[in-house]
Amino acid sequence: MFKVFIKRVLMAIPVLLAVATMTFFLIKLAPGGPFDAEKAVSPQVLKNLNEVYNLDASQWEQYTDYMSGIVRGDFGPSFKYPGRSVTEMIGIGLPITFELAIYAILIALVIGVFAGVLAALKRNTLLDFIPMAIAMIGICVPTFLMGPLLVLIFGINLEWLPVAGWGQLAGDKILPSVTLGFAYAAYIARLSRGGMLEVLNQDFIRTARAKGLSETMVVIKHAMQGGLIPVVSFLGPAIAGLLAGSFVVETIFQIPGLGRFYVEAALNRDYTMILGTTIFFSAMIVFFNLLSDLAALWLNPRSRDVS
Amino acid sequence: MSNSASLWSDALYRLTRNKAAMVGGSILIILILCAIAAPWIAPYPYAYQDLDLGAAPPSAQHILGTDILGRDLFSRILYGARVSLLVGFVATGVALVIGVSWGIVAGFFGGTIDSVMMRIVDILYGLPFIIFVILLMVIFGSNLWLLFGAIGAVEWLTMSRIVRGQVIGLKNQEFVLAAKAMGVSNFSMFRRHLLPNILGPIAVYATLTIPQVMLLESFLSFLGLGIQPPMSSWGTLIKDGVESMEEYSWLLVYPGITFTITLFALNFFGDGLRDALDPKTTDS
Repeated sequence: MFKVFIKRVLMAIPVLLAVATMTFFLIKLAPGGPFDAEKAVSPQVLKNLNEVYNLDASQWEQYTDYMSGIVRGDFGPSFKYPGRSVTEMIGIGLPITFELAIYAILIALVIGVFAGVLAALKRNTLLDFIPMAIAMIGICVPTFLMGPLLVLIFGINLEWLPVAGWGQLAGDKILPSVTLGFAYAAYIARLSRGGMLEVLNQDFIRTARAKGLSETMVVIKHAMQGGLIPVVSFLGPAIAGLLAGSFVVETIFQIPGLGRFYVEAALNRDYTMILGTTIFFSAMIVFFNLLSDLAALWLNPRSRDVS
Repeated sequence: MSNSASLWSDALYRLTRNKAAMVGGSILIILILCAIAAPWIAPYPYAYQDLDLGAAPPSAQHILGTDILGRDLFSRILYGARVSLLVGFVATGVALVIGVSWGIVAGFFGGTIDSVMMRIVDILYGLPFIIFVILLMVIFGSNLWLLFGAIGAVEWLTMSRIVRGQVIGLKNQEFVLAAKAMGVSNFSMFRRHLLPNILGPIAVYATLTIPQVMLLESFLSFLGLGIQPPMSSWGTLIKDGVESMEEYSWLLVYPGITFTITLFALNFFGDGLRDALDPKTTDS
């Protein structure tokens, strides 16, 4: 177990290094300089700008400077917002995106696991079919359609909830969190149903029932531990999906989070911001994948014994 | 391979008995035909503007209404289908070629080659690929062919794993060993002996990849990073619909319904195909 852990952590370092390097040089391939504007800047100003942003140094020098900056947590300045650094922008946006993601994943887990376990226990009844049909809708209706539709229904027609914003009006966090969480609730419901069905037919469940445990105990203590391993393994990749979802949800609901900053940077071609956030996102995703792999390993008694 | 005919006809029989899959398949065929025939069946050219009309609700002249610029929504959905379906099929094709080649080579040679190749797949799995697609679109501009390539390059990973697993199962079977003993070259081994035996899983996974690819394309177009005007895909139509949904809700609702029905159809057909070709696997 410990060996696996060390191995995974050691593998993550070269991966991140490769990602950072690749992104850095890809950005350098982009056509046009960062200060190409409609209004031409005088050569002297351009020279000064290049000096300030270290663009007159050799590529290699810029690269090593940037990399050592990252290690210190400095992602350089933003090209589009003078005076603001990429690190600052991450500092402003991350807490909001993080909060949104936490609510979404909680909604997804609570609804998804409940629906999935229920569906598995009541297999081939209405309590199985209805949640699974709703889950199919959740998988087929993309976030960028679900969000506006929820806004249209609950925000504009019924006027129950605010249509945009984050933390300004009462209840304005509900729609974004539900929008982001719904698709994952659907996946988690399907995964936990599948996992539970597999486990419920196994010998140790029959043993648990035979020794007279109540059905609730059998389900909660014995079946769910094994049956939910697929859900735990799914949570790592789900983080990457949540990130992509946050781009959409934060754009729809005009939430000033990291996802919206990223999309704006991409649309404005703010290259340093794109570079910094890409590396930062990659690091986060590698980290969460690591975490969910280890949690799945730890939950699975078979892999615990072997290593 | 004398049993291959019966395998496929067996599968076809099972598929035709699956109602959800048949409905999905029929919808898909109709959609594809409509997309191909769009220039002939669309009531208006996709860029035709009736500026006097502006955004009008569905009527006899414009059965799904018009957008802010007075363009017929039905025609635009038909033309959008061309782009969306094209992206779905072409990008899946790209993913198919990369994934299948990668998986066959890794599975067949085994050993160090296999572990290095699969380790690369593991690493790529853990990366935020969607961000790389966005990065490519930002750096090189939103070009339709680049979009195909970029999406295809993202979606091949699972395919390579599936193919590798299948090839490992096949490579020690007698017909493969016999072919090897007769000195068949590696390439014709892949093409003549391995590939025909793994077509089933490949077909299933390809069908299930198409909706994912279409989602990715419309996701990018929705953010303004995919298909650029004046071209339109369903993603851009939904984006336009969202911008004006408060006053003109039909501009969001109809493209949304079309897109969702297509995704449903693809998923149901893919699931049916999987059940038909491989009765052992069950719904996850």
